Amino acid sequence: MHNQDIIKRMKQFSAEQLNQVQAIIARYPEGKQKSALIPLLHLAQETFGGWLDTETMDYIASLLTIKPIEVYEVASFYSMFHMKPVGKHVLEVCQTGPCMLNGSDEIIDYIKQKLGIEAGQTTADGLFTLKPVECLGACGYAPMMQLGKHYKEFLTKDKIDQIIEDLRNSI
Amino acid sequence: MGIQLLLEKSKVENIRLYDVYRREGGYRSVEKALKMSPDDIVEEVKKSGLRGRGGAGFPTGMKWSFLAKPEGVPRHLVCNADESEPGTFKDRYLMEFLPHLLIEGLIVSSYALGSNATYIYIRGEYAWIPDILEQAIAEAKANGWLGKNILGTGFDCEIYVQRGAGAYICGEETALIESLEGKRGNPRIKPPFPAIQGLWMRPTVVNNVETLAAVVPIINMGGDEYAKIGVGKSTGTKLLSVCGNVNKPGVYEIDMTISVEEFIYSDAYCGGIPNGKKLKACIPGGSSVPILPANLLLKTAKGETRMMNYESLADGGFATGSMMGSGGFIVLDESQCIVRHTMSLARFYNHESCGQCSPCREGTGWMYKILKNIEYGHGKMSDIDLLWDVQRKIEGNTICPLGDAAAWPVAAAIRHFRDEFEWHINNPVEAQTRNYGLAHYADPIHVPTV
Repeated sequence: MHNQDIIKRMKQFSAEQLNQVQAIIARYPEGKQKSALIPLLHLAQETFGGWLDTETMDYIASLLTIKPIEVYEVASFYSMFHMKPVGKHVLEVCQTGPCMLNGSDEIIDYIKQKLGIEAGQTTADGLFTLKPVECLGACGYAPMMQLGKHYKEFLTKDKIDQIIEDLRNSI
Repeated sequence: MGIQLLLEKSKVENIRLYDVYRREGGYRSVEKALKMSPDDIVEEVKKSGLRGRGGAGFPTGMKWSFLAKPEGVPRHLVCNADESEPGTFKDRYLMEFLPHLLIEGLIVSSYALGSNATYIYIRGEYAWIPDILEQAIAEAKANGWLGKNILGTGFDCEIYVQRGAGAYICGEETALIESLEGKRGNPRIKPPFPAIQGLWMRPTVVNNVETLAAVVPIINMGGDEYAKIGVGKSTGTKLLSVCGNVNKPGVYEIDMTISVEEFIYSDAYCGGIPNGKKLKACIPGGSSVPILPANLLLKTAKGETRMMNYESLADGGFATGSMMGSGGFIVLDESQCIVRHTMSLARFYNHESCGQCSPCREGTGWMYKILKNIEYGHGKMSDIDLLWDVQRKIEGNTICPLGDAAAWPVAAAIRHFRDEFEWHINNPVEAQTRNYGLAHYADPIHVPTV
């Protein structure tokens, strides 16, 4: 019980973030605060370790005065929300048609081999998760991946080496 | 290069900044529009012949005129920036490099529709673009183009940016509305249409980014002048995002009077196919529209030159034509495998189905499984007919068009490339190491003489 209390207390937005939450809610008409759910889930995922556990989702429900189930059903619908722990860096490599035409399969295979993991897995050191994803809207700059907030485009094996090395050094 | 109405200023240094954009003639359309009546603006957009640039090509002015205006009920304009159709990345380009053009279009359109709170719903993966848009909004507001009593007209308007979180389905307007309300992106049954009951059950217009940006030149030059550009019902200019096997992938603006052949091979546009390879096939309007073999792409079944416009791309219906769609132009060279490419698209639709309607939820999974079997050498000849049967049973039997969008690429692949599917099934081992190649897909079309 005591431990859970600590976790609950840890899963709190800062005062500054709570102001941000209020500003987001203010974008919508009175009583329509549920519209803030997806923006708040993004904020929560960024703040609380890159994924959404039940405590986090319950906390968001309490902020919006909606039922927890309303949060769970939304969080589980959208592919950017992680319902399980992920590595510090999630390599989201696009595998849809246009990227495939430009060699995304080879890029995914190369990352698997380089990191010794399969799609959806995380490296033992907790640094990298490989997540093949569907079209990210960068088809003309293929093959590509999403890394946090940004896109890495025109990927080659050399570029992958560089990206992974840079991320390892960024700790 | 032909006429440029949207991208003309895209290469101007720092055009992202308000001062530069304004110096280049930005926000003139707001000055002009706010002196007009909202109905007159709708009339100009009607006259322009502008068709929705998101994919369906529905006349924008007509869509606007459907908006219900009950007394005392707020109305909303929502900008659909959930660009997720494979092959499409034109809206991203507009928002990233010309954010003020979109904001300008949004202000004029909000005034025309009476929206005091306008939302841009942008796909969650474009995570760096909301900052760009929000900066443009803040600059516009600081200069009096947004906020209370704009230009002393008494019109108030705020624009808000909302990120999605990874769901192709949210590009469908009612799913987008659901998502903006903080729900799963399950499309609604229509009617009621959003124009009557949309966001928070209020009258709502949802328009694509490019559509709303096009309102700027329409107001500046007048609807009639805009309609003179292009041909027939394909008026104005259209952005195309080109990907796949071309020398110069990227975003191009065309005035819809050039041929497909010129678009692919001219240095002003795609610059031809890399490494001297030949053109095998092309999906001209985003992954959902029918794929065409090279011969039917460059010439219609009647033997006429196929042009880059709504009518010509659709010439021949789905039997021998395709669609302009979203303008996502995907080119496949002779080394590409149609079975593998179709399988990849089938996996996409299976992943993106919201799961609400059984034909789509189950059917997309079936199509992916069957295609995977054929691709990996476990296919049976009867699978081709089974695949055809499944796609037929999805099309037209779902709440939203995702079902159709999933069925059409599979149908077109079988329709035009059946022999490649048969070859895969007959040569399961060889098909793992070699592609079927160009076959006869680029041969001249036999035009029957009457």
